[in-house]
Amino acid sequence: MSLDQLDAKPLGPAMAEAHRQLEICNACRYCEGFCSVFPAMMRQKTFAEGDLNHMANLCHNCRGCYYSCQYTPPHEFELNLPAILAEVRQESWESYIRPHALSKAFHEHGFAMALAAAIFIGILFWVASTAGADPSAGFYAHLAHNLMVAIFAPAFLAPLAIIALGLRDYWRDTGGRWPSIADLKSAFGSVAKMKNLSGGHGEGCNFEREDRYTNARRYAHQAVLWGFLLCFLSTSSATLMHYFMNWPAPYGLLTPPKLFGLSGGVLLTLGAIEMIRLKLKADPELSAKRVWRGEFAFTALLGLTALSGLLLYIATGTAAVRPLLAFHLGCVLTLFLMMPYTKMVHGFFRLSALIIEAQKSGGK
Amino acid sequence: MRSPTPPRGKPWDVLVVGGGNAALCAAITAAEAGCSVLILEGAPKPYRGGNSRHTRNFRCMHRGPMSVLTDAYEEEEYFNDLLLVTKGKTDEKLARLVIGTSEECLPWMIAHGVHFQPSLSGTLSLSRTNAFFLGGGKSLVNAYYNTAQDLGVAVVYEAQVKHIHLDGDRFTHADVSIEGGPVEQIAANSVVLASGGFQSDIEWLTRAWGPAAANFLIRGTPYNRGVVLKDMIDQGCESVGDPTQCHCVAIDGRAPKYDGGICTRLDCVPFSVVVNKNGDRFYDEGEDTWPKRYAIWGRLVAAQPEQVGFSIIDSKSIDLFMPSVFPPTQADTMEELAEKLGLDPAKVARTVAEFNNACRPGNFHPTERDGMATEGLEPPKTNWARPIDRPPFYGYQLRPGVTFTYLGLKVDETARVEGPDGRLANVWAAGEIMAGSILGQGYLAGFGMTIGTVFGRIAGREAAAHVA
Repeated sequence: MSLDQLDAKPLGPAMAEAHRQLEICNACRYCEGFCSVFPAMMRQKTFAEGDLNHMANLCHNCRGCYYSCQYTPPHEFELNLPAILAEVRQESWESYIRPHALSKAFHEHGFAMALAAAIFIGILFWVASTAGADPSAGFYAHLAHNLMVAIFAPAFLAPLAIIALGLRDYWRDTGGRWPSIADLKSAFGSVAKMKNLSGGHGEGCNFEREDRYTNARRYAHQAVLWGFLLCFLSTSSATLMHYFMNWPAPYGLLTPPKLFGLSGGVLLTLGAIEMIRLKLKADPELSAKRVWRGEFAFTALLGLTALSGLLLYIATGTAAVRPLLAFHLGCVLTLFLMMPYTKMVHGFFRLSALIIEAQKSGGK
Repeated sequence: MRSPTPPRGKPWDVLVVGGGNAALCAAITAAEAGCSVLILEGAPKPYRGGNSRHTRNFRCMHRGPMSVLTDAYEEEEYFNDLLLVTKGKTDEKLARLVIGTSEECLPWMIAHGVHFQPSLSGTLSLSRTNAFFLGGGKSLVNAYYNTAQDLGVAVVYEAQVKHIHLDGDRFTHADVSIEGGPVEQIAANSVVLASGGFQSDIEWLTRAWGPAAANFLIRGTPYNRGVVLKDMIDQGCESVGDPTQCHCVAIDGRAPKYDGGICTRLDCVPFSVVVNKNGDRFYDEGEDTWPKRYAIWGRLVAAQPEQVGFSIIDSKSIDLFMPSVFPPTQADTMEELAEKLGLDPAKVARTVAEFNNACRPGNFHPTERDGMATEGLEPPKTNWARPIDRPPFYGYQLRPGVTFTYLGLKVDETARVEGPDGRLANVWAAGEIMAGSILGQGYLAGFGMTIGTVFGRIAGREAAAHVA
């Protein structure tokens, strides 16, 4: 109910449309059991911007509510909750992350991302071919270790700082508090099982087979997530070994960097391929259509990063290492630098929303 | 398009007319028995499923906790609940059959793809008696269509069945127009009629109810026009039930003419005063808790001038009920509210003032009868009578919303339709088209789905047995 609407500042078009749709949902509530969005909705009768952003970031686009809805077009109520929440979610990232122009450019334009990747790959080619290759430096023959650190440490930390600033505002506007252990447990548990893509009954979501449930996207996403984390773990373990164990690369097959990296790389590659396959089959009308290309490019980049990492390993000792290394590191650099301005950022907001929801629902 | 050709070049084993819950239960059951089955659904695909797409639960007998249902709900209690709402207008044999069979239906539904969820918030009073569909009735309908499709059942949408051809006591074929095309004949060895009531044929409603019915809103599908029901009655089949009886509730007067579904309901009446077009109260708003009274308010409002009522509350009560689909009309004085609602301001203010003066102190309790009654007011308000005096004031327009009609075909306990000279040889009926046998008047939440599921399965089984 819009009882307070006169007092609040007017909502933007996407927010206003989400508000309209959620008022209808809130008078129906048949979808209560699908995911976390509906219990959050039912706590109130009227929705401020912070509430709408919160629900939008809780939504995993499983589409269960759409295919179950009595009020989807051609019905005059014209509900399409997955699409409008996707749009509000997208706008929330673009408004919380600065500068806004970069957000808009890379979220929407797959081409922009491809161009960025090409440029970074080019730079690394150039660096690798000019910056004093030292054949005695083993793995770092093509690119000196210190140089790599000099490029990648800031390229990793600066985007994280930008995201942290945006998250701080998001957290404040959606009414989040300092998280307790229980909040974190609930949120990470939800991520670990991708609970919100389970459909509430465990048979999954309505992503790529319309009104039939499948777990394909849930599993593909987990492959990407765990693959990514394993790759990250691989790099982290190598860093620790390098600095604290005086054990520089290259590493043998049965060392943590290789084991994590190989398993992670395979998972990430396959997960990304499956995510793309599902995306091509799913109905774009149920998502934020304007970022379809950007999302596609991002997923492709994730997959190419992992795949080039794997190829790099296979190519050990051949002449292909140098170009592959430049390609791989260029991809990694693009991923890192673009982190605040691509789909990558969803992870940070999603996790925040899940933690805040755990707080608001009192762990229910 | 034309109808699909049946397998093996023979007529269809079972033709199912209609595409809602009862039709799908029949089709699935017959297909599982090995029959070739064709479903003729009158609606286009996005609107498939008849009124089932708007439903939300299934009233189920159970002797102990089962699936999402708590505690026990045994046959006698269930039957007594039915007697209470129908005031005895039921066929005991059929009613007990539905109730007794409902218990085995729940696992069957789960096995055929239906997902349940614990009782929806705001309906906890039903957690013992009613199993709620996760995602509501459309999700159940989707699950059944998918199951049917996997079993090889053929489905045609936008298939208007014009006539069920009977040769003596035998069904031979149906006259069907698909997507508005020319009428074609579809033959089958047996037919299950599950095409619903006639509530969206406003003209028919008007004939039964008088001109007042033109102001009724139809909560469900616009596709239940009762064409097959009328065709069967015209051919001398026995009907049961009273054409003026229907499931009729008071809903938001701003709801769409058709298909507004669940979200147009309003739960504010017990906390309000309800006045008619003239600004007069006309019934005890606090007679009982809303789940027990919502189904009589449709008829109450239907009896008022221009079939409209106005439920008025103040800010004390605005958060006591489920949110409404449209925001209420709001004002800081009663006169202003009345004016915005199109009522006589002085008259409404006087009615509310008289009500306020008749209120007595007490312990207000929103979820159970609290005995806070008016004194010396006619009609009285016997519970939740608190003065309406704290602005802002809110008003909702109420109109009668018809869910489904009760006039139907007479069937026996095998769902076989009663023709002019005894039972027809190969015609069965299930769902709203025969629910009048069991629901003479009144309504029990979730019972329509129970009747449809039980009789749908019986009809499918019997139709298949006839073919074998």
